[in-house]
Amino acid sequence: MSEPLHVEGLACLRGDRLLFEDVDFMVAPGGALHLEGPNGSGKSSLLRLLAGLLPPFAGRITGPERSFLGHEVALKPRMTLGAELSHWARLDGGLDRLPAAMAAMNVAGLAEVPCRHLSSGQRRRAGLARVLTSGAALWLLDEPTAGLDTASSALLAQAMAAHRAGGGMVVAAVHGDIGLASPQLLRLG
Amino acid sequence: MLWTLFRRDVSLIARSPAVWMPVMFFVLVAALFPFAVGPDARLLARIAPGILWVSALLAALLPVETLLAPDMEDGTLDQLAARGIAMEWVVTARIAAHWLGFAVPLLLAIPVAGVLVGLDAAAGWRLALALAIGTPALAALAVVAAALTAGLRGGGALAGLIVLPLALPVLIFGVGAEQAGALQLLGAASLVSLAVAPFAAGAALKPE
Repeated sequence: MSEPLHVEGLACLRGDRLLFEDVDFMVAPGGALHLEGPNGSGKSSLLRLLAGLLPPFAGRITGPERSFLGHEVALKPRMTLGAELSHWARLDGGLDRLPAAMAAMNVAGLAEVPCRHLSSGQRRRAGLARVLTSGAALWLLDEPTAGLDTASSALLAQAMAAHRAGGGMVVAAVHGDIGLASPQLLRLG
Repeated sequence: MLWTLFRRDVSLIARSPAVWMPVMFFVLVAALFPFAVGPDARLLARIAPGILWVSALLAALLPVETLLAPDMEDGTLDQLAARGIAMEWVVTARIAAHWLGFAVPLLLAIPVAGVLVGLDAAAGWRLALALAIGTPALAALAVVAAALTAGLRGGGALAGLIVLPLALPVLIFGVGAEQAGALQLLGAASLVSLAVAPFAAGAALKPE
């Protein structure tokens, strides 16, 4: 079982604007958290803080290893999707998990396709497959269903449910439902 | 981990259509100079190392806009940082890959470029040795400039302004390679650049 995610007194300063302060929450293993709020309320910034991509202005974050998927999916146009995902899997030490993850996100058939030929939905599914491959207990997803069709959203919902059943956690910035069962809710802004 | 990053950087550079640009540029400059200064072979042979050094320096800067800016835009740097991989390592791998991508073809092109500017064999070898010692510094400086200007519009031009003054020691000791001690000083300048560059570029890439 992994350790829970604890966030205490978190504040985020962007430029000279305080996006939010005194944010406290806890996500237990198997739990999930919806980050909601209007555009610009700091959902993405909170995810970047959790991912360690921004230093917090104040507060403390403790938790297990995490995997992050932002708006940009970091796929190089000239490389094939298989080569790209293998590269990241190698960095994560998860090459053996990659085939299952690619199958779970329905991108296994795209392994030989150069990334510049992928649609935005396919790229997003590839990004999610990278999250599945990482083996991290905590998934940080920024609007993961953006650009996904209904079938792909269902695949994501299944993957998240399986991840939580295994003691994993999901924190997602969302507009509306993304298929997480009974998530906690945090409203920003 | 460093090896994984380096291998990936090399395969990305090898796939880029611009991979031949630095060496083409190097040879083209060498081909143009005889037309510019006239057919005086002695004059040409005397200024040849200088010409080739300056074109090597500019060749190192050609791909500067593609060294780090795309990785910043497409989220690659975020993915690396989220894995706890220090930007210093990312930059170290990039310097090595950039050197392999621009300097090695350039060294191989010295016989061609040397003939075009009337360099004899002994001077050609001396130049090759000096370039082999000095180009790692040029690669390091180019990556630092790429890190400082990633995310800026028109960063390439600014990168040139950043690198050119810093490259002066390398240029001076490189062109004067036949003087006693110049190669040692060139090596020292190269090592200092290589030692400082990962930290400078890494600091520039840290999220604010």
